[in-house]
Amino acid sequence: MNQSLLRTLTNHTILILGTIFMGLPVWVAFMSSTHAPETLFREGLQFWYGGHFFETYTEVLFVEGGVMKKVTATKMLLNSMVLGFGFSIGKVVISMLAAYAIVYFRFRLAMPLFWIIFMTLLLPLEVRIVPSYEVVAGLGLLNTFTGLIVPLIASATGTFFFRQFFKSVPEEILEAARLDGASPLRFFIDILVPLSKTMIAAIFIIMFVVGWNQYLWPLLMTTSEEHYTIVIGIKQIYQVLSEGGELPQFQKAFALTILATLPPVLVVVIFQHWFVKGLLESEK
Amino acid sequence: MKRVQYEHSIVPYLFIAPQIIIIAVFFIWPAGQAMHQSFLLEDAFGLSSQFVWFRNYEDMVWSEPWLQSAIFTVMFSALVTFLSLALALLLAVRANEVLRGARSYKTMLMWAYAVAPPVAGLMGNLMFNPLIGDLYKGLNWAGWDFNHNIDAFDATFVIVLISVWKQVSVNFIFFLSGLQAIPNSVMEAATLDCRSAEKRFWTITFPLLAPTTFFLLVINITYAFFETFGIIDTTTQGAPGGATNTLVYKVYADGFLGADLGGSSAQSVILMIMVLTLTVFQFRFIERRVHY
Repeated sequence: MNQSLLRTLTNHTILILGTIFMGLPVWVAFMSSTHAPETLFREGLQFWYGGHFFETYTEVLFVEGGVMKKVTATKMLLNSMVLGFGFSIGKVVISMLAAYAIVYFRFRLAMPLFWIIFMTLLLPLEVRIVPSYEVVAGLGLLNTFTGLIVPLIASATGTFFFRQFFKSVPEEILEAARLDGASPLRFFIDILVPLSKTMIAAIFIIMFVVGWNQYLWPLLMTTSEEHYTIVIGIKQIYQVLSEGGELPQFQKAFALTILATLPPVLVVVIFQHWFVKGLLESEK
Repeated sequence: MKRVQYEHSIVPYLFIAPQIIIIAVFFIWPAGQAMHQSFLLEDAFGLSSQFVWFRNYEDMVWSEPWLQSAIFTVMFSALVTFLSLALALLLAVRANEVLRGARSYKTMLMWAYAVAPPVAGLMGNLMFNPLIGDLYKGLNWAGWDFNHNIDAFDATFVIVLISVWKQVSVNFIFFLSGLQAIPNSVMEAATLDCRSAEKRFWTITFPLLAPTTFFLLVINITYAFFETFGIIDTTTQGAPGGATNTLVYKVYADGFLGADLGGSSAQSVILMIMVLTLTVFQFRFIERRVHY
């Protein structure tokens, strides 16, 4: 009995330490963002609330900053929103369609096309940075949402996810639908899509977070500040925070990291059930 | 594939077309370009280029910086993978045992999945900032002559710490689900046979988790290779003197900042081969897991 009590105590101690390890950086970042720059400069990082919350955040959200002084955090958050939603919606639609063709149709090029999709797993963006940039620049898509989103949505992860799920749908459903004379399109829209609702929600949440967090591609694609997403905007703004011999505005840098972190974290925490399901399923 | 399928001549092609078209334009074309460019040598102004066979590869592989970067990448990946797996496994085992607060712990340990690597990098950067960062001051106060802008070891310490912090949550989620999948009866039988919790873990639980661990190994190596780009770019940027250049960061630095297209492409091709190896490994392994 004593031993199991000890075990329980150790368990909680370890878990609490883990929680602190994970949470402390964000806690400190938030608390520091509510202090005046002088305080940060004099005393270093802050662990408690400083009362400058509104000053810092209204300035970051509504006053233009950056190298060209042309972008606010609100604009960058909006851009990130467009990227997150565009990426996740595009990914779900395209991969569902492709997975439907692969699983439910017998056609001559099925195998080769499947392997072409598979190949994208071997070509992460990081290994084809320069040529990808040249292709998109050649198509005149720099600084557009099309150029930002479309190249990201073609990879195979979503397609494999839906392929796996469609294969688990009982065959009798298709048989019944065919007896009733449902066309392929009708079967897809009226039966398969409603059946996949949970799966769509799960993959949508994962993909929103993945889209929001894109870094390398937006970094290459966007040269004008109006198109910065929050994730790449922070770094650019961070670099000019201390220019002009003024006191470095560290509280703004902290505020920006908090603003960039909050939306995806909220999505993951609120939709935790679907998120975990999607994560575990998609990696199978 | 399904036993019952539609047979249709055009419809499936229409469904699969969007993905194939995007892949052709944005994946296959650039990858082909990368291959092609890796055999070319361009002059400094990009006006003319010349077919040089494998010279870019030879130059690359025999160059000191590339070798240094390759060694660093392997070491860095091994460290990040081992530390984040070990920490996540410890937390998952404990979270699986507690009765009270299990759900809260789960939430508190997994939310960091949603933090972008570059944002994590910037947070770390601020914590280690010599002007305000308490970590910087604390380490120096504790007697460690710490300066990640000058010392390669200290810089590595910073990016490993941030990379591990960022990766623990994913590993935690998978380990926890792996632990929960172990049948209760197995654990009960083990408890009857062996009283030592530690011994039970190493002889029963850990072997049963092997499929999850192997799978996570691949995921973590891929992460350490590719996704840490954002962390490095917001902290050390390869400094001091290229000591923290991972292979991926070097492709970016050489190709984009250094404008050496041929050399950068040759590095890209080598990376593609590495990804290919990892993927084959992963798929062979997953096949085995199905039978397991």
